[in-house]
Amino acid sequence: MDLYREQILDHYKHPRNFGHLEGAHVMSEEINVSCGDKIAIEIQLSDDKERIADIRFSGEGCAINQASASMLTEEVKGMTIPQVMKLDLPYIEKLLGTTLTPSRVKCALLPLEAIQKAVQSVR
Amino acid sequence: MFDAKKIQKDFPQLTRKINGKRIVYLDSTATSLKPRPVIDKENEYYTQYTANVFRGIYTTSEEATAAYENARVLTASFIGAATPEEVVFTRNTSESINLAAYSYMLNSFQPGDRVVTTIMEHHSNFVPWQQLGRKRGIMVDIWGVTPDGLLDMAALEKLITPKTKLLAVTAASNVLGTITPITEIVRVVKRLNPHCLVLVDAAQAVPHMPVNVQEWDADFVVFSSHKMLGPTGIGVLWAKRELLEEMTPFNYGGDMISEVHVDRTVFKAPPHKFEAGTPHIAGVIGFGKAVEYLSALGMENIRAHERDLVSYAIKQFHAVAGLEFLGPKNPDIRGGVFACTLKNAHPHDIAQLLNETNVFIRAGNHCAMPLHEHFGVVSTARASFYVYTTREDIDAFIEGILRVQKTFS
Repeated sequence: MDLYREQILDHYKHPRNFGHLEGAHVMSEEINVSCGDKIAIEIQLSDDKERIADIRFSGEGCAINQASASMLTEEVKGMTIPQVMKLDLPYIEKLLGTTLTPSRVKCALLPLEAIQKAVQSVR
Repeated sequence: MFDAKKIQKDFPQLTRKINGKRIVYLDSTATSLKPRPVIDKENEYYTQYTANVFRGIYTTSEEATAAYENARVLTASFIGAATPEEVVFTRNTSESINLAAYSYMLNSFQPGDRVVTTIMEHHSNFVPWQQLGRKRGIMVDIWGVTPDGLLDMAALEKLITPKTKLLAVTAASNVLGTITPITEIVRVVKRLNPHCLVLVDAAQAVPHMPVNVQEWDADFVVFSSHKMLGPTGIGVLWAKRELLEEMTPFNYGGDMISEVHVDRTVFKAPPHKFEAGTPHIAGVIGFGKAVEYLSALGMENIRAHERDLVSYAIKQFHAVAGLEFLGPKNPDIRGGVFACTLKNAHPHDIAQLLNETNVFIRAGNHCAMPLHEHFGVVSTARASFYVYTTREDIDAFIEGILRVQKTFS
């Protein structure tokens, strides 16, 4: 298992969609209790409020956490809220191109949990 | 002569190979490995004299009771207790602290009283006081540290007031490595307020250095078996006899009573009134063996060995650019634990990459969030040492760190 593949390191060192979103509709924050890392998500919805139009994330985290957030924010742009709610661990593992040991699952899932919490608050 | 390499042979887990390579275990601060004699002793109970304690009038039950109580005698002498009756067996350090909090402090402290604890405590010596404070209207004052990670002795003078009923302080930090001057602290506290009790979290001290509770002159001392080569699930609360007499149990049940009537119950004398229900008999017996094993190595020798590893580690760490650690730089007042940060690398990633070469360390805040907040770091990568740790183990850690640097450069 090569967790620290080039693609993951690239997203870690140059995260996409990192920062803040002017006029975000929803935001949320999640904390990883095992290390204290935090991630904040800001989302702008489409005019009909059914899709994610734009998204940013911020916070500190390990390579797995940051790469997961970076890749995931690229993917969810344009997705409908039900589509986002269906995403799960196997999806994230496919995105990262690796399987995760139990102790690292939380790191990888944290961005997804934050995004799902944010969009859920829309309804 | 103290020979860690030879000692390693007593630890079955250190003979295990993962992916064809030996294990470098650098997480003894979380829990220690167990030597063969301890495992055998625990097994002896299960294979030779499995029976409940204190009740059977037959050979094996009497053997079990004798072995159980012998562990108490060994523990008492190991920490210099006045009598074995001052040693109460619990599940772990956390439970020992909660026992003191619920059986003594909750009953005798009044709203408006104050408790002092330090910023470097493990959550187990922090949260109980914070929560007790909420329940009973008690103010909790926090004793801070210097940038070097030492308790600020000058600040203590102001913190101990006539209203202060308790100081809860660690004898050795599980993050900074700082060894605190308990004898001096107790002396200052008693001078400022003779009625202020002192509870010492010795979970990182008793396993690593000579401890004498009477020399410390503290009121409560707590520690865990599993951090000192013993089984998990056993902790110790030592307290001065008169305090134990005064305390009311918070756990009721079998074994802790001498008379039960429909309308009243007479409890046993300490320590048994605090050990309700069938205890972890095998664990206590195994713990007794761990105490014997450590005594045979000699606590002075163990401390000298770890001091040597600390000075070696400090020297090696300095040679790595970007690698920093919290706590004092003086090996005389530092135990074998290093919570590190590395430029451009997250502690989770450090631990994960070190795992690839079987170097096992801990990443996170090590149950000391207030301390990490104080130093402005979210988490650290922690390497810690014990009797079986060698300089080669520290070299393996450094090699791992260099690999991490390469990955994230």
